[in-house]
Amino acid sequence: MTNTTDDDKEVENLEITLLLEGMFKRYGYDFRDYSLAHLRRRLRHRLNSSALPDMGAMLHRVLHDRSFFELLLRDLSINVTEMFRDPDIYLQIRTEVVSRLKTWPFVKIWHAGCATGEEVYSMAILLHEEGLLGRCQIYATDFNQIALKKAKEGIYSLDQVRQFTANYQKSGGRESFSDYYTADNDAVILKNWLKTRIVFADHNLVTDSVFSEVQLVVCRNVLIYFNRELQERIFQTFYESLCPGGFLWLGSKESLRPSAMGEHFETLFSTEKIYKRDLQ
Amino acid sequence: MTGQVKRAPYEAVVIGVSAGGMNALRTILPHLPEKFPVPVVVVQHRGAESDDFFAQYLAQRCAVQVKEAEEKEAAAPGTVYLAPANYHLLLEDDRTFSLTLESRVRFARPSIDVLFESAADVYGAGLIGIVLTGANDDGSRGLVAIKKRGGLAVVQDPATAEVDTMPKAALQAAEVDFVLPLAAIGPFLANLYQAELSSSPDFMPFRVQTKLIPSEYKE
Repeated sequence: MTNTTDDDKEVENLEITLLLEGMFKRYGYDFRDYSLAHLRRRLRHRLNSSALPDMGAMLHRVLHDRSFFELLLRDLSINVTEMFRDPDIYLQIRTEVVSRLKTWPFVKIWHAGCATGEEVYSMAILLHEEGLLGRCQIYATDFNQIALKKAKEGIYSLDQVRQFTANYQKSGGRESFSDYYTADNDAVILKNWLKTRIVFADHNLVTDSVFSEVQLVVCRNVLIYFNRELQERIFQTFYESLCPGGFLWLGSKESLRPSAMGEHFETLFSTEKIYKRDLQ
Repeated sequence: MTGQVKRAPYEAVVIGVSAGGMNALRTILPHLPEKFPVPVVVVQHRGAESDDFFAQYLAQRCAVQVKEAEEKEAAAPGTVYLAPANYHLLLEDDRTFSLTLESRVRFARPSIDVLFESAADVYGAGLIGIVLTGANDDGSRGLVAIKKRGGLAVVQDPATAEVDTMPKAALQAAEVDFVLPLAAIGPFLANLYQAELSSSPDFMPFRVQTKLIPSEYKE
């Protein structure tokens, strides 16, 4: 067994830095401020399954082969989600936040990093049941085109439906969850009317700027992949995107606390990670 | 190089445990003194929706602080960090924690291998990895990664494990330094840092009181 030394690790770190730089310069996708431990894991995984000798060889491959870049792009974007993920928190949104959103004549919501769309449709269903969907516009964005395409389709696997239904019920759902889809063999197709208030768009949180002035930003389990500096930049983007008194909803293990932007937000519900922007 | 503990102090301990973990951890962790000089990071397999009850339960029984690891938090001495349910826990080069929702790794999230491999990258030869009771083979690859970077591998003696699959798998996969009965693991860790704790100028080479089973042990 050959031991891996600190020197080997230093070289690998350098190769990863060059690889990320190359991907950014060549294709415009910026992973340079992602969590290194996460990147290392995903890149090594690709290295092993591509029979490449090292990260240096991977850099060469990615610069010369667009399809390989697209493969890496998929490796580096995590799209694990489900409808009404963390149902207790959806219940909190339903009972505490929706009533406040209702005070605006028209409500714009930005779901940043919507992945395959499950949580966007969850929000649409919640707003519909609370009588607010007709006055809402939801912008659902992601940089991963494949995920975005799946989100637009709104077709999910039948074996997930039991979990979705259980979550929906726990989240305070008022209807029968089956009202929202039609089953087709091994898939469920969400009803088309759920999409009428949603615009799906290609937007990269890392490289693109403020999206629109919105009342609510939803960004859950995206920031965990970013380093502290990038998190800070994104909080700034969210701050600028929110209207005064608007809400920010993060993933259940994400927090504004260590951020310098934290002073511009009031913690509405700490365990649920819901924040309110200041009024200035 | 089995049954040897280097003079160089270890900088962190990672522990992986699955079925039977509640009992194993409450046997080991109370042995750690309040000022245990390195962080201890634990992946315990558990249900996706479980809360931090487990951390609170252990905290009441331990002198060290016990808490769930938060993303970007720095791994501090005198603290036992548990991976939160349904997230993978990783260590960064700057010794802070990252969480990810990457797919389950061989059915597990959090995965022991994911923690061990990332900690091996960060701490190299300064890491102790411990695999305890469990009903799968998570932790085996992680322990191999720790050995590859020159760290120390410890496995619970399968005869003392509630479920022996996981320690047996680890023994098959990795060149293990110590195979210890459950009751000896807590004292092993506490003794390892005794010199440091008493601020003794000459760091005493480690001697264990408890009988050690050498790592030639294979089923």
